[in-house]
Amino acid sequence: MDEKEQQIYNENLEIRLLLEAIYQKYGYDFRNYAGAHTKRRLKHRKTVSALRNYSEMLHRIIYDEEYFNSVLLDLSINVTEMFRDPWFYREVREIVVPHLQTYPFIKVWHAGCSAGQEVYSMAILLEEEGMKDRTQMYATDFNEPILARAKKGIYPLDAVRQYTLNYIESGGKESFSDYYTADDRHVILKSSLREKVLFSSHNLATDGVFGEMNVVFCRNVLIYFNKELQERVLRLFYDSLCPGGFLCLGSKESLSFTGFVDKFEIVAAREKIYRKRRS
Amino acid sequence: MKSGKYQAVVIGVSAGGIAVLDKILPALPSDFSPAVMIVQHMAAGGGSYLVERYSSIASLPVREAADKEPIQEGTIYFAPADYHLLVESDKTLALSAEAKVNYSRPAIDLLFETAAEAYCRKLIGIILTGANADGAAGLSRVKELGGTAIVQSPATAEVEIMPLAAIHATTVDYIAPPEEMGALLVSLVRYEEE
Repeated sequence: MDEKEQQIYNENLEIRLLLEAIYQKYGYDFRNYAGAHTKRRLKHRKTVSALRNYSEMLHRIIYDEEYFNSVLLDLSINVTEMFRDPWFYREVREIVVPHLQTYPFIKVWHAGCSAGQEVYSMAILLEEEGMKDRTQMYATDFNEPILARAKKGIYPLDAVRQYTLNYIESGGKESFSDYYTADDRHVILKSSLREKVLFSSHNLATDGVFGEMNVVFCRNVLIYFNKELQERVLRLFYDSLCPGGFLCLGSKESLSFTGFVDKFEIVAAREKIYRKRRS
Repeated sequence: MKSGKYQAVVIGVSAGGIAVLDKILPALPSDFSPAVMIVQHMAAGGGSYLVERYSSIASLPVREAADKEPIQEGTIYFAPADYHLLVESDKTLALSAEAKVNYSRPAIDLLFETAAEAYCRKLIGIILTGANADGAAGLSRVKELGGTAIVQSPATAEVEIMPLAAIHATTVDYIAPPEEMGALLVSLVRYEEE
């Protein structure tokens, strides 16, 4: 190793120790998150807090819970939009919903729901398809402040243009503006949209099954995990789904090269919609 | 066995990129051993077009970068539309859907900064034509960790903002027109092997 490689090696070692400290002290397990992404977020916080190195950051995290909370926010992903990838929602409406309509009652889990945009998208879709009254939705995230935001369903006004375009493109049947009221800076989603949604704290890295689901949404979450953690989470989804239940992943995530490739059939390849085999 | 120093090339390109990549990528011979990873800024809908285009005119295999994929030598990877492309320390590819950086997703800085840490001096970074400053910080990081920096000569760039920003940000090793860049890469890699 030359000097630079040694320097990177040492930094990465410091980060592993820092993540171990977070786990032991606060119980949040980022040890199996994708490394490059995690380092980038920590580097950002290191710069903002004018720390010289990750060992200083480790010390501060251990002794200052408030500081830890800011790091926790950095490490969670909260970038999403309503009806993100409209072609995905079109496929859900056209292919998944007809199956769901054959059940008297369905359960839908949004795992890693972040600020809730995709949860409300699905709530709208189910309402338009006449499924609302026989659905229970679960929206979970490990991050409590973000979960609180999800419960409120209030988003910046400037996001609405994109949301509206997505809604139309996804095959929405009404006028998107029926679903919100606006003030000068925000849109406030209709509270009736969350009547069937239970928001609760759940950590994919450490928590277990809490119900039998007909659909699991977990889009653009697995890419932030390493292979080992991905396998754990896929096992959790497999165990949570009823036979014939649907698993929906992000457009660049897939079951190929995982231990679960044979346990699901592909329903829509581009949209990454899978169905648990009735083994 | 090849003992070449360079294991990877990262390329960042924005406005006017296709015409330049058209000159560079077909000039890389089929025995070119480093992996080539490219961020071409584009709108959210685009993407697979680049893979199709260069599969037909480049000698090296061309793929869209997939999350967790081990990086193969002599392969050209394009960042998918609407995802950041990063390199892990174990030399696998990683995608991220986090916020735009420099108004861009994929962002050049993210690829360059993470590739620099994974490859250190075994990396070549190239900044081509473009209309914003994305890539300047990334190229600085490549240099800081001992890699080699190449920038398209601003006079030959359709938009010179990105090459100029990179030149101002760090000490660039080579400034070259796109016609010469393929041969430059080949000679850098060959020279190191001898």
